[in-house]
Amino acid sequence: MNSIVRKSARLGYLAWSSGRRALATGLTSQSLPDLRYDYGALEPVISGDIMEIHHSKHHATYVANYNKAAEGLLDALEKGDVEKVTSAQSAIKFNGGGHLNHSIFWQNLAPISRGGGEVPTDGALLEKINAEFVTVDNMISRFNTMTAGVQGSGWGWLAYDSAKDSLVLTTCPNQDPLASTGLVPLLGIDVWEHAYYLQYKNARPSYLKEIWKVVNWADVAARYKAASA
Amino acid sequence: MSFQLPDLPYAYEALEPHIDSLTMNIHHTKHHNTYITNVNGVLGGENGAPIKGLSLEAMQGAVSTLPDNIKTAVRNSGGGHYNHCMFWTVMGGVGTANSAPFGELKEKIDGTFGALDEMKKLFNTAAATRFGSGWAWLCVAEDKSLYITSTPNQDNPLMTGIADKPGTPILGLDVWEHAYYLKYRNLRADYIAAFWNVVNWDKVVENYESALSGGTAVFDVPLA
Repeated sequence: MNSIVRKSARLGYLAWSSGRRALATGLTSQSLPDLRYDYGALEPVISGDIMEIHHSKHHATYVANYNKAAEGLLDALEKGDVEKVTSAQSAIKFNGGGHLNHSIFWQNLAPISRGGGEVPTDGALLEKINAEFVTVDNMISRFNTMTAGVQGSGWGWLAYDSAKDSLVLTTCPNQDPLASTGLVPLLGIDVWEHAYYLQYKNARPSYLKEIWKVVNWADVAARYKAASA
Repeated sequence: MSFQLPDLPYAYEALEPHIDSLTMNIHHTKHHNTYITNVNGVLGGENGAPIKGLSLEAMQGAVSTLPDNIKTAVRNSGGGHYNHCMFWTVMGGVGTANSAPFGELKEKIDGTFGALDEMKKLFNTAAATRFGSGWAWLCVAEDKSLYITSTPNQDNPLMTGIADKPGTPILGLDVWEHAYYLKYRNLRADYIAAFWNVVNWDKVVENYESALSGGTAVFDVPLA
């Protein structure tokens, strides 16, 4: 009886002290952001099935694993366990990157009824795209060729280079976050197979052709405005 | 000379319910076939001289030495062709081959890992923790020891100068999402567990014996 009381007191203490440590160090758990639209809202471009699994399983797992890795890292830092600190890095990168990338992705997309696919007809972003790519279609064509060629898993990005004040088309492997390259993400397209396989199978180029119908140009323009301010 | 898509040693539905027929079909006729088209493209192109006349197996070891203008393409598509050729042959319908290692390989697995189940646990972990696309492998090292490793994308342990732990793979598992997504969705671990039901241990033993005498995994590479 005594040992049970002691054990539950100890567990209670650990929970309290973990919370207290979290407050003291500012360690904040990440959480899965809600989508601003229903899972089925991007049909027929991206199926409701894909959206549900992509958000509630893949992205949710990145969040859970990031939180776990972050806790482990904090623990290792506090204990001065350099080996453990170093070996925690890849899990942080994979899962933190996954969380960052998907959080941007959901906002980069919108249902057709809410502006998805509506290419800007004026404004700073359009001017910039025209200046650097001649036309939006030209930019899309180059983006798609580049992104179709990603080997294995990764992302295609339209990005902003603040140092050069220019737009950039680039890709990142796996869940490597674009921010690590110094570029600002404007629009990302996930080409991990889980992003399209249930619907498009191996036809990644078809997915890339269709997805522009649900790109949330208002969001992309807002990101550009913020980045180039 | 150009590579051709090998036939599967069994029908598309032969690995059901563990690997579904539709996946086998698309995996073979689309994904594998595309690697072949692409490696043939390099072979037939103006920069293909360094790989002309190389066997598919020799091509793997040569990747790290290739000129930049073809290295990535050969790594991806030549690697993809090798990996998938091998993959089809290390699987078979339930009951069509030995369902566990035997003879020298069994002894070696027990001696190295303690038991088959322990080897599977390590293999499963390697397969589950390969982030993004890639493969998990059971390999024979130069000193004839057995080990488990994984590689990204279409790399394989024959690619000296590229693979973390180079050696001769005798069993491989594709963990690209296309290998399991239609049936298993995000549940890669379930796919990995199911894989063991369709491993053709006759072939893995044959591959092991080949590796012991300095060879590599045994399978046909059809040419036109």
